[in-house]
Amino acid sequence: MAKIRRNEKREMPALNTSSLPDIIFMLLFFFMSVTSMKEVTYKVQFQNPQATELTKLEKKSLVRYIYVGTPTAEFRKQYGHETRIQLDDAFADKSEIGDYIVNERSAMKEQDQGLMTVSIKADKETRMGVIADIKQELRRAYALKISYAATQRTSY
Amino acid sequence: MADISFLLLIFFLVTTSMDVNQGLARRLPAPIPPDQKIEDTDINKRNLLVVKINSANQLMVQGQEIDIKQLRTKAKEFISNVDDNPYLPKLFEDDFGAPIGTVKYTKEHVISVQNDVDTQYQAYLNVQNELVAAYNELRDECAHKYFHKSYNELEEDQQKQIQKIYPQKISEAEPKNYGN
Repeated sequence: MAKIRRNEKREMPALNTSSLPDIIFMLLFFFMSVTSMKEVTYKVQFQNPQATELTKLEKKSLVRYIYVGTPTAEFRKQYGHETRIQLDDAFADKSEIGDYIVNERSAMKEQDQGLMTVSIKADKETRMGVIADIKQELRRAYALKISYAATQRTSY
Repeated sequence: MADISFLLLIFFLVTTSMDVNQGLARRLPAPIPPDQKIEDTDINKRNLLVVKINSANQLMVQGQEIDIKQLRTKAKEFISNVDDNPYLPKLFEDDFGAPIGTVKYTKEHVISVQNDVDTQYQAYLNVQNELVAAYNELRDECAHKYFHKSYNELEEDQQKQIQKIYPQKISEAEPKNYGN
């Protein structure tokens, strides 16, 4: 005989969470593949200029960066508002660029040395005098492959 | 398990940045050895396109003030010289191999970009960008004409063939003070 249970309390079944780690791992891998590690902590602030004919920098290990911009708020007292150059984690003078490039290049594998690219990440308001100085230093250090870091422009 | 992966996820979110490394790739000229005298290479006037940018980011091409939007068409006209205009670069004929064959091209053209010390970086990059865009468009047109594909879809040696017809010749002068 079928019994009619009326007074028994019905409990909702607990949500099955056994697939949760898989989902989270998937998210994790997604983020790992689309993002890149911060190379350094920025001591200068800059806003990339815009351009349309961009190429992607392929091998990260072959790229060295030169940051150009005004010091961030915490360094402004010490360094003022003038445009500054940052190499790795420290402010640098333009005369140090040559040594920096030579050092970095000699640390690379021999077959990679000719493929080194220098990416100039400069603020769009920077005056060309500074950029031209950097370019001259790079020429002298024989770092001839350069890339002006920029973001994609959608319209004029 | 989920906690650990959450932790990892949050760690990566904090330490990474979304920006992709993109940029306008250029090649600098090799330095002049100190013992070598700087020779004034004699470039025929018709083979030279001078683009000047002053400290107010205004553009002057061949002595004419123009807008940045006109630069691309101007540069394309200059590089290709379709009508054999005597004021535009001299045309040479060369065999570029199958399937292109013999084509007229401006072998000796040079685009010279001169900027002021006070020129804004963005303005300079705009000019570089338009010039590179002019080359890219010409190469793409050429690829469609001979290979019926866009330039980016071509094989490497096919791209090299086209690069020979439209070699990128953008020269940069040392910065000087103009119009102060």
